[in-house]
Amino acid sequence: MLLAIDTSAGTSVAVVDRDRGVIAERSTADTMRHAEIIGDGIREALDEAGVTPRDLSGVVAGMGPGPFTGLRVGIAAARVFALGCGKPLLPLVSHDAVAFGHYRSGGAGELLVVTDARRRELFWSAYSGCDPAGLPVRIDGPGLAKPAALDDAAFPHVARKRLDAHTVSAGDLGMLAELGHLAGRPFAANEPLYLRSPDVTVSAGPKRVGQ
Amino acid sequence: MNHHEPLVLGIETSCDETGVGIVRGTTLLANTIASSMAEHARFGGVVPEVAARAHLEEIVPVINQAVATAGIRLADVDAVAVTSGPGLAGALMVGVGAAKALALALDTPIYAVNHLVGHVGADLLDTTGSGGPLEYPTIALLVSGGHTSLLLVRDLVSDVELLGETIDDAAGEAFDKVARVLGLPYPGGPEIDRAAADGDPRAIRFPRGLSLPKDMAKHRYDFSFSGLKTAVARWVEQRADAGEPVPVADVAASFREAVVDVLLTKAVAACRDYGVPRLLLGGGVVANARLRAVAIERTDAAGIALRIPPLSLCTDNGAMIAALGAQLVMAGHAPSTLSFGADSTLPVTDIQA
Ligand SMILES: [Zn+2]
Repeated sequence: MLLAIDTSAGTSVAVVDRDRGVIAERSTADTMRHAEIIGDGIREALDEAGVTPRDLSGVVAGMGPGPFTGLRVGIAAARVFALGCGKPLLPLVSHDAVAFGHYRSGGAGELLVVTDARRRELFWSAYSGCDPAGLPVRIDGPGLAKPAALDDAAFPHVARKRLDAHTVSAGDLGMLAELGHLAGRPFAANEPLYLRSPDVTVSAGPKRVGQ
Repeated sequence: MNHHEPLVLGIETSCDETGVGIVRGTTLLANTIASSMAEHARFGGVVPEVAARAHLEEIVPVINQAVATAGIRLADVDAVAVTSGPGLAGALMVGVGAAKALALALDTPIYAVNHLVGHVGADLLDTTGSGGPLEYPTIALLVSGGHTSLLLVRDLVSDVELLGETIDDAAGEAFDKVARVLGLPYPGGPEIDRAAADGDPRAIRFPRGLSLPKDMAKHRYDFSFSGLKTAVARWVEQRADAGEPVPVADVAASFREAVVDVLLTKAVAACRDYGVPRLLLGGGVVANARLRAVAIERTDAAGIALRIPPLSLCTDNGAMIAALGAQLVMAGHAPSTLSFGADSTLPVTDIQA
């Protein structure tokens, strides 16, 4: 049984089990209140599932891509929750959960998952389909692009079916972790996928104040 | 839970220090800090996004180190405390998310506390014996790169009043900006202090912000450092334009004197006005040797008892947050509900969110 947390878009928390599927999920599409929501989300998901941290075998973290501030709340919570209950942290690329959900609900074939990166930019990941275990096969990305670039003929994945996701389901993320683990797939790196440098400029020295 | 001497873990991420402290009642067990200061140096000031990224990378290692230093197990913790404001929003959110998750994983209550009141709480952990426990009421002068506040503390967990604060730059920020004007590296505080050592503090009379009679009516206990910073920059420019060498030591000493003078003039005035013979200093600028020297001088002359916690408890740290959390537990305050957020402008009267 796993606790899964994703704040790459809204805030989503779930308790999942390989055999029982998604046992409880708490999600909101609100992209402004991750820090407020995360605690109640975890508590309610655990309570509804009737489990305590002791019952878990790991904590799944959606590592993004996602806009900075919100993404960090979920990763911080997942990392520290795992530390607090002494369970392993299982990092995954958030877009993979979107693709997994798509294929699990009957979708097939090539896919381009797209999410909002703010500042008039988009995050994208390209999938060739799903493997026999039902796991999405990511062949490119995650990447960052201007919206027009995804429609440009030069974009290698312009022909793929495009799925614009506004939410990432922690239930899907958790089940992806369960099935991926079962199939012996590696987890992602334990690094947040910002895909952008902090936008700061090095100071050019003091400005004049007088005339 | 142990309400008598609770074991509290405090998390602080309001600016560029990732701090985790562990206390048992008023006994300090661990005060672990990872600072991203070096990463901000080339930008000449704290970059919020850089600070927030560093918090996310440091939070788990810092908790682990604090637990090891304290010689406890995480499972022994009675309560988690966290800074919910004021501070940099994105930075605060990392600590808030982490603290909520920790409290849930450990099944402990959580206390969301005010960073500024935490600075006052740090004094409770001062076991080096600067004169017994903190007495009330006390005036507290908190000076750092992020804040410059004058508080009247009647009771740490229930009655803190903001007497005044900076209306523009924090004092620490002014040190950073003036250091740049003088071609000194970031952070400016220690650099100015070093440069000022051979300077004459009376060489140049720089302005004391909000000290004129017309300002004192409305801003008796408020501070302003932006005019001072501009005055220093203008003075230096005029010197350079005239082709004369800039006497860095004298400028640094005179600037520092202006800051220290206005800080302590207003703090001592608050002590007098409110009949409070106690002054507590906090915040990273307490590292400034001249500030400490003038504080001792002026409080001695005015018959005010001065308290300065050790520097490791004056700069932003998790131990002060744990100390305040422990006070709230011991006073029987109910924990915070899980729905609090990061509040970058949390007023000092909100001791607990
Ligand atoms: Zn501070």
